Amino acid sequence: MSILVDAASRIVVQGITGREGAFHTRRMLGAGSHVVAGVTPGKGGSDLDGVPVFDSVAAAVRETGADVSVIFVPARFARDALIEAADAGMALAVCITEGIAVRDMSEASAHLARRGTALVGPNCPGVITPGACSAGIMPADVFSPGGVGLVSRSGTLTYEIVYQLTRAGIGQSTCVGMGGDPVHGLGFLECLERFAADPVTEAVVLVGEIGGDDEERAADWVREHPEKPVVAYLAGFSAPPGKRMGHAGAIISGGSGTAAAKKEALEAAGVPVATHPEHVAALVAERSR
Amino acid sequence: MTDLLEYQGKELLREAGLPVPAGEVARSPKRARAAAKRLGLPVAVKAQVRIGKRGKAGGIRLCATLDEVEAAAAVILAMEIAGHAVEAVLVEAGVSIERELYAAVVLSRHHRCPLLLLAPQGGMDVEEIAAAGGTFLRTPIDPLLGLCDYQVRDAVMAADLGGDGPEAAKRRARGLAGALRGLWCAYHDADALLIEVNPLVVTSDDQVLCLDAKVTLDDNAVDRQAAVRAALAGGDDREGAAREAGLSFVTLDGEVGVIGNGAGLVMSTLDAIAAAGGRAANFCDMGGGARAEAIATALDLVLRAEQVRALVVSVFGGITRCDEVARALVEVFSGTQLEVPVFVRLDGNAASEAHEILAAAGLPGVIVTETAGEAVRLAVAAAAAGSGAAWRQAAAPNEAGESR
Repeated sequence: MSILVDAASRIVVQGITGREGAFHTRRMLGAGSHVVAGVTPGKGGSDLDGVPVFDSVAAAVRETGADVSVIFVPARFARDALIEAADAGMALAVCITEGIAVRDMSEASAHLARRGTALVGPNCPGVITPGACSAGIMPADVFSPGGVGLVSRSGTLTYEIVYQLTRAGIGQSTCVGMGGDPVHGLGFLECLERFAADPVTEAVVLVGEIGGDDEERAADWVREHPEKPVVAYLAGFSAPPGKRMGHAGAIISGGSGTAAAKKEALEAAGVPVATHPEHVAALVAERSR
Repeated sequence: MTDLLEYQGKELLREAGLPVPAGEVARSPKRARAAAKRLGLPVAVKAQVRIGKRGKAGGIRLCATLDEVEAAAAVILAMEIAGHAVEAVLVEAGVSIERELYAAVVLSRHHRCPLLLLAPQGGMDVEEIAAAGGTFLRTPIDPLLGLCDYQVRDAVMAADLGGDGPEAAKRRARGLAGALRGLWCAYHDADALLIEVNPLVVTSDDQVLCLDAKVTLDDNAVDRQAAVRAALAGGDDREGAAREAGLSFVTLDGEVGVIGNGAGLVMSTLDAIAAAGGRAANFCDMGGGARAEAIATALDLVLRAEQVRALVVSVFGGITRCDEVARALVEVFSGTQLEVPVFVRLDGNAASEAHEILAAAGLPGVIVTETAGEAVRLAVAAAAAGSGAAWRQAAAPNEAGESR
C-alpha cells in the first residue's frame, strides 16, 4: 500500500514531446512506472520510446485507461492542461510546471475540486512510491521502499533527507512534493490524513518552510491524531521578512509565516523539529522505535 | 511579489473605474507647490514608499497654503522611512471625511482563492483594527464565479453606512457596492495578490472614495501584465540579472556568499550559516542541471558584493550528477581569479566521482568538504577572519583529513 500512486497507476504525460516532458518520461519508465500515454496537441499518432502520443487527454484515456496525469506544459498553458486533465476524469493531476500565475492556479484548483481530481503541485517534484511508481521528476535511485511517508515543500531538501533515510536503512511508503507555490493542491493536512489511513506508513516526515500557515494547521491536526509519529524539518529561520526566497510561497509577510512560529506550533503538538536536514533520519529512527 | 507605490496603485484603481481623489505626483518641492495650485487647497502631501505606517513616521501632511505644501514636500522628500528613501510625494486634493472603512481583496493561501475583507473601521493597520475589536467581514470569492451580487449586498448591509435621509443612504450604499465590485475587478484584471484600501472613506457629500491603495501584483503574471514588467525592471540590479539568467537571487547583507541548487536547500544553508554565527550575503538558487553558464553567472552575481569574504557552494545531486557539476565548477573556477575562499560540498548522485575531479583539478582557493555543515562552519570562520591568510588556517582541519 501507499498513498496517491502505486504499481497499478497508469500515467499520461501532458507535454510529453517537450524537452522536460521527454526527459522525465524516460526516467519515469526507467523507474518502472507505467507511463501509458502522452499528450501533445498536434502530435497525436506519434510515439516516444514506444509510449503512444495523443492529441488530447480524453483520447489518451479512451485508448489507454490512464488515471494519473503528470503535467510538464509551459506555465501559460498549465491552467488549460489542468482543466483538461480534470475533464478527462483523472483521479490525480501532478503539475510539475513552475511559474504559473496565481489567478490561473486559483481557477484551475477550483475546477479540479469540483471534478474530484486530486492535485499535487504546481512547481513541485511530484509523487513517488518507491519500487512501484514515480509520477514526476524525483530521482528514483535515492529512494527505497519502506514505512516512512514524507510530504515536502522543497524538492532538493526532500532528496537530501530521503538519501539519509535510505542510507540509514529506513525506507519510504510514499513521498509527496507539494510544491513551493502559494496556491497548491494537496498539502500537509491532506497527506497526513492519507498517511494515517495507509497501513504501510508507520511514521511521517514533514518538510516545511517559511510562508503561509500549512505547518501550523498540520500541527493542529497532529495534536488531534497522535497515532503515528511525525517529525519535521523547517527551512528559512534566517530569512528576512518581505523577501521571496526562491519559491513563490516562501515569504514572511506581515510578521506571519516565520519558521520560529511554525517550529513552536509543531513542537507544542509533539512533533520534533530537526535543526539540520541530515538529523531527520536519526529523529525518525528514534521515534519509530 | 511586486508592491506598487500608492500613486501607481491608485492609477490602477482609477483605470478600473474606482473613485480616487484627484492627485499629482511630484519629485521636488516646487513641483509639489505647482500641483497643489492646480488641485486647489487644502491638499494632503503623502510620502511614496513601499512600506506601511508612513503616517506615524510623519510621511503624510495636510496643508492649507502653498507655502506649507512646499515646506512639507521638502521635509518629506528628504525622509527615510524604515530604511526606505522617499521617492516622490503624492499631492492629493483634500477630502472631507465622514466615515472610514477598511476594504481589501487578498489571496488566501488556505482557501486557495481571494477573500473580500471589509471592516467598519479604517485608517489603522489590520492588527490594530482587530485589537480594537473591529469585526472583519471575510467573504471567499470563488475564482470561477467572481464576486457575486448577493455577496456585495451582504457586505454593504453589514457596513451599514447610514446617511442623512434615504437618498443619502442610497448614494452611500451604491457607492460602496460599486467600490467593492471595482476592487474585485481590479484584483482579477491586474493579476493582483492584494489590493488594500485603507481607509475607504465616505465623504460629507456621501461619496465613497479610495483614500489609500496598497497593491501587490503577481510576478508570475509578467507575460500578460505590463505593470509587473515595469515594476520588475526597476528592482535590484542583481536580482534582475539573475531573473534573466533563470536563477533566483535575493540580496542580503552578510559576508558569506551562498550558491546552491534548490530553494529549500539554499534556505537551509542560510540557516546553517546563521546558526554558526555568520551572516549570509545572498540567497542564490541556480536551479537544476549543471550548466557552467549558470554557475558562472551565479558566481559573478555573488562576488559582485564587495562585503563577501567567503563562499559556500552546496549542491545535492538528485537527477543532476555531481560529477557534471564538478566539471562545470572546474571550468568556471579555472578561468576566475578567486579573491575569497570557496567551500564546496557536493553530495548525492555521483558525489565520489565529483570529489575525484575536484581533487585532480587542484584549484587554488577551492576547498572541498564532506558535509554541508563543515562547508558552512569553515566559510563562517574564514569570513570572520577576513583576510586571505586566515582562511587557509581556518581550512586546515579539513586538509588534515577531517570527515563525517
